[in-house]
Amino acid sequence: MPSSILAFVWLVPALPLAGFVLNGALALLRPASKRAVSVIGVGVLAAAFALAVAVVFELARLHPEAPLVFHYWPWLPVGPLRIDYALQLDPLSGVMLLVVTGISALIHLYSVGYMQDDPGYARYFAELNLFVFFMLTLVLGASFPVMFVGWEGVGLCSYLLIGFWFNEKINADAGFKAFIVNRIGDFGFLVAMLLIFRHTGSLDFTDVFARAPTAFTAGDRTITAITLLLFLGCTGKSAQIPLYTWLPDAMQGPTPVSALIHAATMVTAGVYLVARCAVLFALSPVASAVVAGVGALTALFAATIGLKQWDIKKVLAYSTISQLGYMFLGVGSGAYAAGIFHLTTHAFFKALLFLGAGSVIHAMHRAYHATHSHEDAQDMRNMGGLKAHLPWTCGLMWIATLAIAGVPPLSGFFSKDEILGAAFARGAAQPAWYVFWGLGLVAALCTAFYMTRLMLYTFHGPNRTGDAERAQLHEGPWVMTGPLLVLGVLTTLGGVVNLPPLLGGGERLEHWLEPVTEGAARLAPVLSPAPGIEGLLIGVAVAVALAGLVGAWRLLDLERLVPARLAPPERGLGRLLWKKYYIDELYAALIVRPVVWMSREVLWRLVDQRLVDEVGVNGAARVSRALGWVGSQLQTGELGFYVMLFVAGVVVVLGAAVR
Amino acid sequence: MSLDLSQYRDLMTALLPELVLTAWALVLLLVVAVRHRTAGDLRLAGWLALVALVSTGGAVCWLWWSGARPAGLATMIALDGFRFVTDLLFLATAVLTVMLSFDYLEREQLLAPEYYVLLLLATLGMMLLGGGEDLTVVFLGLELMSLCVYVLSGINRRSPKAAEAALKYFLLGAFASAFLLYGIALTYGATGTTNLTLVGVQVRMLGLAHSTMLLLGLGLLLIGFGFKVAAVPFHMWAPDVYDGAPTPVTAYMAAAVKAAGFAALFRVLAEAFSGVSAWHQIVWWLAAVTMLVGNLIALAQRTLKRMLAYSSVAHAGYLLVSVTSGSTLGAASFVFYLVAYTLTTVVAFALLAAKGRNGEQDVVIDDLAGLSQRHPALAFALAVSMLSLLGFPGTAGFIGKWYILIAAANAGQAVLATLLVVASVISAGYYLPVIMAMYMQAEPSEQAHAGVRLGRFSGAVVVAAVAGLLVLGVQPSRLLDVARTSGESVRPAGVLPNTPPASLSTKGS
Repeated sequence: MPSSILAFVWLVPALPLAGFVLNGALALLRPASKRAVSVIGVGVLAAAFALAVAVVFELARLHPEAPLVFHYWPWLPVGPLRIDYALQLDPLSGVMLLVVTGISALIHLYSVGYMQDDPGYARYFAELNLFVFFMLTLVLGASFPVMFVGWEGVGLCSYLLIGFWFNEKINADAGFKAFIVNRIGDFGFLVAMLLIFRHTGSLDFTDVFARAPTAFTAGDRTITAITLLLFLGCTGKSAQIPLYTWLPDAMQGPTPVSALIHAATMVTAGVYLVARCAVLFALSPVASAVVAGVGALTALFAATIGLKQWDIKKVLAYSTISQLGYMFLGVGSGAYAAGIFHLTTHAFFKALLFLGAGSVIHAMHRAYHATHSHEDAQDMRNMGGLKAHLPWTCGLMWIATLAIAGVPPLSGFFSKDEILGAAFARGAAQPAWYVFWGLGLVAALCTAFYMTRLMLYTFHGPNRTGDAERAQLHEGPWVMTGPLLVLGVLTTLGGVVNLPPLLGGGERLEHWLEPVTEGAARLAPVLSPAPGIEGLLIGVAVAVALAGLVGAWRLLDLERLVPARLAPPERGLGRLLWKKYYIDELYAALIVRPVVWMSREVLWRLVDQRLVDEVGVNGAARVSRALGWVGSQLQTGELGFYVMLFVAGVVVVLGAAVR
Repeated sequence: MSLDLSQYRDLMTALLPELVLTAWALVLLLVVAVRHRTAGDLRLAGWLALVALVSTGGAVCWLWWSGARPAGLATMIALDGFRFVTDLLFLATAVLTVMLSFDYLEREQLLAPEYYVLLLLATLGMMLLGGGEDLTVVFLGLELMSLCVYVLSGINRRSPKAAEAALKYFLLGAFASAFLLYGIALTYGATGTTNLTLVGVQVRMLGLAHSTMLLLGLGLLLIGFGFKVAAVPFHMWAPDVYDGAPTPVTAYMAAAVKAAGFAALFRVLAEAFSGVSAWHQIVWWLAAVTMLVGNLIALAQRTLKRMLAYSSVAHAGYLLVSVTSGSTLGAASFVFYLVAYTLTTVVAFALLAAKGRNGEQDVVIDDLAGLSQRHPALAFALAVSMLSLLGFPGTAGFIGKWYILIAAANAGQAVLATLLVVASVISAGYYLPVIMAMYMQAEPSEQAHAGVRLGRFSGAVVVAAVAGLLVLGVQPSRLLDVARTSGESVRPAGVLPNTPPASLSTKGS
């Protein structure tokens, strides 16, 4: 182990854990000490980020070929299975380390302003710190089980923070939904882990990926099953079809939580997992196609739902699902670096969008609070014309909107373009990828459209908040606008980390990740389109983005929009989109209700209550008691009877002895 | 220290604990012959008994730590770790019983200082029983112990119940002793010796494993010991006698008398009959039937004292399981369980004595309702005792039962191990209601627990025993080590792994 700063990599997750312990103690003992909570909560993240920067710089200087694995203590030494609590540092976890600590630090700072008046302030920061600890365990874990600890841990924190305001049932239910839906995915992850251990004899990343090419035949059933099960885990955590339904509901949590957990970091864990297991996915063309196909389909599907949502956070939630679909399209196409690139830029601009939306909601909420109104502070029909009241937020969100729409030279343009380019290039060999590319392109059109719609309804046109409330609308404190500014800069310039050669860049991120992806690249080379076609594709993509922007600008009539309580019900296709294709209702009818019925009527009332409790437990107790009563009747107190029994015993024992 | 037991001096040294105790018992007898009228006399006798027991314990410890071992064959009395451990256990139980009796005898107006003399002599009998290396010594010890305990159980002459119990115990005990004696005679007839080690040697050398005479002798011995340890179906006396006797005597019988019977049974089977496989099957069945019947009938009891009596029958079943396994692990678990069970039983009966009056025969479980609110410390102690009897993790009872289970499983007796678990589950059905009554039911009235009082000495007993149960429950390793070494010290001649005396190793081969 090198004696440099790298030896302190354990401190990066340890700092937020310490923050959790301290803030947790404060939450229990002195919940009112907000200043101490803020200092600890933001401080540990700032320190963790600084340390992460130092660690990644040192890693870049050494540029080791193999991952650096730090073993701390044996965790599960069972027979041939030996799992250490070990962290792994390599280019991929380095990128994730910076993204997670950096975005977390900004969002913690933002939360100081956003959550200022909340009575659960200390609890909030404790849980948010704990989330960062688990997220860092997830990205730094050197084996599947350690990663799984982080994977489950972030799920727990997600549950806790979605239901942060748990005294409203809808919030608690949303937390349940997220947790339960994720369990389905986690089951897949677990089974995949067991299969990996069975076939490679190890669960450490280094061993598994080194042995995989020999342990599995490319394209056979085992590796396909393993990768598909892993991907099932990803569809849960990263909200892809068919397990995406929890993410829109998760918007019930505080907005900074949505920004951190449900946009920038946790939901990208699935993309990270696929990139981490690139070797395994490269061995299974079928699974790769499924990943890409599901990603492309989700990208379009979620984007269309986003077209007709009124809740500002719901739009962003579907946008997140859609963008995660892009990332999976990228990693499924073998362009792992492109997927991670989009993960990074998306973390910047989606965090910015959510925090911007948070500013808007914060302002709206305060305005309605001041006038004791009970209007919906998140419904865009109640907004409009906020540009005048929240100029900073408006400007910065426009930057993010252009980035997500894919307008050059903002960061989102480069990453999205690279994914679509990789998908298109693969189409030459496998035509299915042309379809995926087409889906992605249409999704891009929708993205540009719904984001422009969001911006127009929120910030432009006449204001629909209310006359009394209008005076109360203003920007939040600097701790909220400050992080927005930083994210704005990152959104604008984020593309430079991986500029394509066509535009004079060196694809720095791509080369940086090469030690991680080369194993997969040997099995399934990454394809990129010919330079001429690449230029054409870029042109098409930009045209689509602009079409979406201009289309929204021309088609939407801001003057005719009325506040939410006066709005007429949706009809036709609009209603179908607004109702999210009735997928939740479909799941409820096909899965949830039958399962609940089965659990209640059969498993509980019949099996548990009648069979186990009545016949099994109480029956055994009754039989025992009856036998005991019979036995106690033998205790007559008559000496003669005792002697008789004694003699009977003698006969039996002697008979047994001489037998 | 090597003792040649054929030499008068060395034999006296080897018998030092027994001699000390005998001397004290005689002194005490003289004292109470003069002073036997007042409560003060009673206390004096009690204190003297304590001194006697402690000094005897000192002698045992001295003998143990000086590493006494026989040079050549131990003819009459064993010199091994098992004897010393069981001696200390009997003496400690006697000390606890004396301390319980201080308060109890005065409260119940049993002003008979002979009580303590009998207690000392019974303990002496146990020491001979557990340490006897010859069947005649074993029988002598058994009879000395039994006669004293017959009288002790009927010491309350004003109680017809106690008198009936004592008479029953005496009649059945005499009946059982006859079987034991006949068993000894048949064994002698088959092997020509009553020395345990020599019986073992003869069985091997003469190939007597299937000799009908020896097997009949073995069966009769098992019946005799089965009576003393109250194994089903030779247990019928136990509930009636435990119920009728004064509670400290019941504690003494349930703990020490049973332990002594087991110690002798264990020694006889391990040293003399290890070459005969027939007893494994018999003890297996005795263990299974005893566990199930004891626990099932305990389930049907309403009064606490009878419930504890049947529970003690059930525990004899668990101990028989460890005897059946016939392994060193079984021996270790046996010794550990004896200690744990003794401590637990003493606590349970001490608290019963604190709760009840006039023999405690009418204390039903519901009478304990709400005890935790009025006397939290007593309720806690009783709860710990119940949990330990149940074998709940964190108590000594759990560790003991756990090792018995391991011993049974290692010996390939999966069925017996399963029965033990099933029996333990059944036992939860009567141990837990005691805790439920104390902690989950309200006091029926303000006066419900008015008379509950634990005397100073009984209190000390309870505190020490509960602390022991909890400490052993989490830190059992020291006692386990002792249990293992002492359990291993009982073994047939010819399988002596450590420094076998020259005379024996030639005979055994």
